[in-house]
Amino acid sequence: MVDLYLSSPSLVQGLLKGLAVIMVIFPIGGACSMAERKVSAWIQGRPGPNRAVVPWVAWIPVLGPFLQRLGVFHVMADGGKMLFKEDALPGHVRKFYFVLAPLVAMMPALTTVTTVPVGAYLDAAGRAVPLVLANVDIGILAVFAVSSLGVYALILAGWASNSKYPFLGGIRASAQLIAYELSLTLSVVPVFLWINAPGTPGTLSLSRAVEFQSGVWQGFSTASWGGVWFLFLMPVSALVFLIALFAETNRHPFDMAEGESDLVGGFHTEYGAFKWGLFFVAEYAHMLIGSAVFTLLFLGGWNPLPWVPLATLVDWLTVLTPLAAHPIAVGLLSIGIFLGKVLALVFFFMWVRWTVPRFRYDQVMELGWKKLLPLSIVNLLFYLGAIAALTP
Amino acid sequence: MGELTFNLLAWFTLLSAAGVVINRNAVNAALCLLLCLTGVAGLFVVLEAYLLAFVLLLVYAGAVVALFLFIVMLLDTSGAPRALPRRLPLIARVLAGGLIASGVLSFSARAKLPVSEAVAAAPGIGGALKPYAYQLFTTYLLPVQILGFLLLAAMIGVIVLSKKFEGLEDVK
Repeated sequence: MVDLYLSSPSLVQGLLKGLAVIMVIFPIGGACSMAERKVSAWIQGRPGPNRAVVPWVAWIPVLGPFLQRLGVFHVMADGGKMLFKEDALPGHVRKFYFVLAPLVAMMPALTTVTTVPVGAYLDAAGRAVPLVLANVDIGILAVFAVSSLGVYALILAGWASNSKYPFLGGIRASAQLIAYELSLTLSVVPVFLWINAPGTPGTLSLSRAVEFQSGVWQGFSTASWGGVWFLFLMPVSALVFLIALFAETNRHPFDMAEGESDLVGGFHTEYGAFKWGLFFVAEYAHMLIGSAVFTLLFLGGWNPLPWVPLATLVDWLTVLTPLAAHPIAVGLLSIGIFLGKVLALVFFFMWVRWTVPRFRYDQVMELGWKKLLPLSIVNLLFYLGAIAALTP
Repeated sequence: MGELTFNLLAWFTLLSAAGVVINRNAVNAALCLLLCLTGVAGLFVVLEAYLLAFVLLLVYAGAVVALFLFIVMLLDTSGAPRALPRRLPLIARVLAGGLIASGVLSFSARAKLPVSEAVAAAPGIGGALKPYAYQLFTTYLLPVQILGFLLLAAMIGVIVLSKKFEGLEDVK
């Protein structure tokens, strides 16, 4: 299998990689939409979706009913419903852009995944080699650049729908995305200033950020800083990034673009069936990638704990079983840790959604321009001074 | 492979650039501009200037064209009937044609860099982050600052022109 893959032309390899990305992100996005329904149910004290079940699974004694009550089969039911129900095209829309918009929504979401490292394995020398489709030197810039194209989906959907609520939703979404992109970009600058010490070749690579956070405890000195996650080293940056991320992904309390109570469904009011499903999955894919970038930058990536990098954990595990040092085992372990953190963050997104009420639109703009932007600039200046003072 | 990709992207860029000019619908034109910028970014990637490619995507494709579309949508240009273009005087037509022709001719005849050893060996500064930033803060520091100042002046001008200051005498 491996030989067959390696001997195939680069075009086939690229296609396979792309397919792998779609096959991983799409189902996770769908599962997240299910999790959202279930989490909202738990927070509101109701059972949530708990009926759909595949007959053969229902016959398994304990596991079957448990899975049924957990609602995992509703993902399939929902997906099937969206795929097979009539895909109505309203008569008043601008047809080409109306159909184009959901596709445009999916593309940046799926493209950014290629530059996000998802785990690492240890090579013979014990160095962590990141698992990533395209390990580009300008990682974070590539993620920002491609994900900034996501705004076109909302603009196009809002405009092509040719009716008032979607139009308002599209306008709101584009203004909001542009307003928060500045804070989002400025908040990660201190992290990369810290990483790029004088004398090193400059890099914006996300895997380098994780590598930097995988130091070990070396007593009370500056050498131990490598093990601290940037969340604790730069709490203001992390806060600004997280808030801007909520706004960029159009999540509560920033979901101006689709606020149900005032805009029906916002930019996707006129959409139904699978086109609507694509918007939905794209939103969750954006959330997943945003959480992944946050995890890589501020939560230590695939390192299990501060001062406990992946290599240390693998050392501990090899005491139990020598199999743990196998590259595949290490890779799976790191992916597991990374995905665990990402999904915990996604849960945080949902938690906030069902806890905090929505902002008013003027409050969103005021928060973005008058509070977050100055805060991120002051934060940047502070770390400029601090890094200049600490550099020997 | 590289040459084929370059040619494909170049044609894609040229065609979408033509689309920007030809399209009567402002939204179509703006989206053609987006495709054109994406094509240029693709050309940069083929030429291994990754940094330039992604900065182009981030700034122009991600923000500037989004603002264009935003304005076009707000103004909704399709409402007013189109005014027929007036026939230009003969001199203007000849002048315009001559200018375009001389531009194309001079570009095709003169715009060929001598490929010397030194040029071929020089590292491209658009590829990696550090050389690019170094150039920006040393050789090109003054132009960058002047451009930044110009943009600031333009922004203040727009704010003064567009904002109504009635009832705010102290602001004036």
